[in-house]
Amino acid sequence: MAKKVIMAVSGLIMVGYLLAHMYGNLKAFSGMQAFDEYSHHLRELGEPILPPSGALWIIRVVLLVAVVAHIWAAVLLARRSWTSAGVNRYETRRNRRGIQRTYASFTLRSGGLVIALFVVYHLAHLTWHWIEPGGSSPSPYGRLVAGFSVWWVVALYVIALLAVGFHLRHGVASALYTLGAGTTATARQVIVVLSIVTALVITVGFLLVPFSVLLGVIQ
Amino acid sequence: MNITLRVWRQAGPDTEGHMETIEVPDVSEHMSFLEMIDVVNDRLTLEGKEPIAIDSDCREGICGTCGVMINRQAHGPVRATVCQLHMRSFDDGETIDVEPWRADAFPVVKDLVVDRSAFDRIIAAGGYISAPTGSAPEAHSTPVKKADADHAFDAATCIACGACVAACPNGSAMLFTAAKVTHLGLLPQGQPERGSRVLNMINQHDEEGFGGCTNIGECTAVCPKGIPFDTISQLNRDMLGALLRGE
Ligand code: HEM
Ligand code: SF4
Ligand code: FES
Repeated sequence: MAKKVIMAVSGLIMVGYLLAHMYGNLKAFSGMQAFDEYSHHLRELGEPILPPSGALWIIRVVLLVAVVAHIWAAVLLARRSWTSAGVNRYETRRNRRGIQRTYASFTLRSGGLVIALFVVYHLAHLTWHWIEPGGSSPSPYGRLVAGFSVWWVVALYVIALLAVGFHLRHGVASALYTLGAGTTATARQVIVVLSIVTALVITVGFLLVPFSVLLGVIQ
Repeated sequence: MNITLRVWRQAGPDTEGHMETIEVPDVSEHMSFLEMIDVVNDRLTLEGKEPIAIDSDCREGICGTCGVMINRQAHGPVRATVCQLHMRSFDDGETIDVEPWRADAFPVVKDLVVDRSAFDRIIAAGGYISAPTGSAPEAHSTPVKKADADHAFDAATCIACGACVAACPNGSAMLFTAAKVTHLGLLPQGQPERGSRVLNMINQHDEEGFGGCTNIGECTAVCPKGIPFDTISQLNRDMLGALLRGE
């Protein structure tokens, strides 16, 4: 049971990060200077109380702990469910999609894996600069524009963000139920709407930038 | 009407099972599903074959023993127990797949019969109140809010059939456990043990080998008693509260 609470709390921390990250990305619409200043500013956040990049590192550590905890709990819970329910537990081919479950609830484990792989790719590109699709640039804005000018980079983001969207459609609601919200029918309706809105905002919000670059709105 | 049954046959707990195809001509659409199985079993017995083992008791939808998977729907296409399901819910000529509940904590005893004593142990772990016996207290001496009484009563209708487990992709018995936790937790008589009850019952639930709930909600789609999904949030809330209070 503790694992589910860990899943829920770490998941909600990541949602918080994603909202902040998405908001930051939208600075790309204000042009190169604003975006690069923002990227630079992240590193000065909290100074002089914190050392250079201090706030960024705090965020990174919290995020890393959340990611590791989320994946750890997910693996244990998935394994437990494979023994409790069994894999291919029924012989019949009928009603394999269940009775009322959402599509999103099917994609949680597979989608989570897609997102994890994407994050590794994403870090290799924009944080570690191991790969530089579209050409290198000294400025974060330049790297972003160069990257999203390549169609398959944008395609990867579309796949990943659809996975994120479905993940959040089920995940946000599930986390809130696990934390004990949703003890009335009305509360549950509010939670379902909230999870759909969160999923849409994050998916659409993140995809605005790549598509704007691809379509030449951001240059 | 004529139907074809594909039924899970398994001689005993440790033997391999398989799906057996049985043609069933001349079925009345007014028969309940169990009556149809009775007819099949009579015919099998006359042919000198082993009848299909299936649990049933009250045959009026209140005892919860008759659960089987029909076309991968717990209790079949109608939201009722198998004894309350009638053959008119099926098409003439249909092939109907019948299987036992599948869960690690519900081992197959024979054919369609599974051992659900794990549920008894979850109830024994906390699904009760401690009250002195003797003459019943005056009902008006302990007022209960109407909304709480209604909610508790909805939860109390659980008949421990196990459909929720059979339908749950995680093999979790959360709806069953939550029904009892909500039923007793909302009533004044259930307060003294509210914290220890939820913790003990959840521990027993996990120990029995039921899976963790991922809030998918397949359980509420098949629960013959319409136990609401919000009981699961109620259980979670009570559990977190008890843990935070250090119980
Ligand atoms: C259009 C979509 C996205 C864009 C343009 C974008 C852009 C960026 C950039 C430029 C960085 C580097 C920050 C820096 O080092 O200054 C970054 C870091 C990061 N992004 Fe994204 N990102 C996007 C979507 C996502 C998504 C969907 C996720 C997660 C599912 C994600 C997770 C991360 C993480 C974990 C970091 C590392 C933060 C750190 O420790 O530096 N990003 N992103
Ligand atoms: S909660 Fe519903 S499906 Fe589960 S055991 Fe009780 S009556 Fe059966
Ligand atoms: S036999 Fe009792 S509920 Fe069906």
